[in-house]
Amino acid sequence: MIRHALSTRLWHWINAAAIIVLFMSGLNISNAHRYLYWGDYGFDAKDAWLSVIKFPAWATIPQYYNLAVARDWHILAAWPFGVGLLFIWIAMLANGHFRRNLATRPADWTPGAVLASVKAHSPGVAARGYNPVQKILYGTVFGVLLPLMVFTGLAISPGFQAAAPWLLDVLGGRQSARSLHFITSWAIFGFVVIHLLLALANWRLILAMITGGGKDPPNPAAVFDEESPANG
Amino acid sequence: MVDLPRRSLIAGIAALGAGACAKINESKSTQSLLDAAEDWHRATHRALAGKQGLAPEYSRAERSPTFRGNGTVTVADPFYQEQLAAGFPEWTLEVRGLVETPLALTLADVRALPQRTQITRHDCVEGWSAIGEWQGPQLAALLDAAKVRPEANFILFRCADVLYGRDYYESIDMVDAYHPQTIIAHSLNGEPLPEKNGAPLRMRIERQLGYKQAKYVKAIEAVASFDDIGQGKGGFWEDVAGYQWYAGI
Repeated sequence: MIRHALSTRLWHWINAAAIIVLFMSGLNISNAHRYLYWGDYGFDAKDAWLSVIKFPAWATIPQYYNLAVARDWHILAAWPFGVGLLFIWIAMLANGHFRRNLATRPADWTPGAVLASVKAHSPGVAARGYNPVQKILYGTVFGVLLPLMVFTGLAISPGFQAAAPWLLDVLGGRQSARSLHFITSWAIFGFVVIHLLLALANWRLILAMITGGGKDPPNPAAVFDEESPANG
Repeated sequence: MVDLPRRSLIAGIAALGAGACAKINESKSTQSLLDAAEDWHRATHRALAGKQGLAPEYSRAERSPTFRGNGTVTVADPFYQEQLAAGFPEWTLEVRGLVETPLALTLADVRALPQRTQITRHDCVEGWSAIGEWQGPQLAALLDAAKVRPEANFILFRCADVLYGRDYYESIDMVDAYHPQTIIAHSLNGEPLPEKNGAPLRMRIERQLGYKQAKYVKAIEAVASFDDIGQGKGGFWEDVAGYQWYAGI
């Protein structure tokens, strides 16, 4: 049994590329009107609940302010992102990855289980599979953040709203959907930062996401001990 | 020490990425991919919402307290200013191009046609939204009266405003032209259109972004293609800034 199924690996890297393009072009789009509102309408800075900073050019796609090009890339990358999410959910449900590794039990949500996860994840302690904290985090990303990104993005589109006007009602109006789109993008950014730091601390995990990780899953704690001193 | 080459490696990858991005952006195949995506978006929206699917309409209580003017907010043309001051007594709206019966309508003619009133949300490409109550005849009524010829594929709007030294214009396809919410509005929130919002007449194409909602409309033109108009991209912002012609996203 390999560590990561081909479907997981394929989705992981395509999704990673899509998220980078979406996030950086999204920052460019944000620069076009740096105010966020709640409700259906909003155009006056004095009604904004948040004035967003102007994102620097190096953080945006393209690397200068251009709303048209940023929008082109944003809505192109939205396709692999949205279709990919549907694909990985079907694959996870079909191959048992979700049931086996991600689905939580009531016991996983107790403070004791969370504390034990944090302890078990510290260096020197053998940890196999996903602990309750990882399950809850990954579950939140797959079940809440990524779908919310797709739905809030669709809701902002004036052409799509004619197909699903209920979506705007559920999300509390177009400007609320736009605000949620922004907030969720930063929640995903936060996840990516943690995810990257933990993966870089144990680079074999990254290799496993490319190769599949071989037949027998290595003991993560042992790998961690071996590599961690060099990474400081 | 170990960190140094890694850091320069990351900087190298970033620089490579930035360079590659610029190259990717300028390449012909990328441009054709982005153009193809615009067609998918239109096709997907039409498949999901149907050709006649309606944009949401709101109640009077849900309107925004004011309606922002953007892009052109004042028209320099002396004839326009004279007409604005006098209530547009000599303003004419032409319906022309590939039609059997070209029309020239006064503002009174436009007001005398069957009217549609709709409270809709206006979404600017920049991200903001405003909600207002619009009133005017459906574009379909004018096109039927002028008898559009079968060779016509697009409806083009000629405007009185000049921005960055160019005449503003816009265009839509026949699906949006005959959509029930596509109206030529002469009033906003029960009052004649203010100058900043496009007096005396502006388009409402409710399933697309703000830059498609041509203001200060002088003429409605049925055309087979817009390749030879402006820079050939179908609208002012499409020509000037490269915005998508299909502005449903």
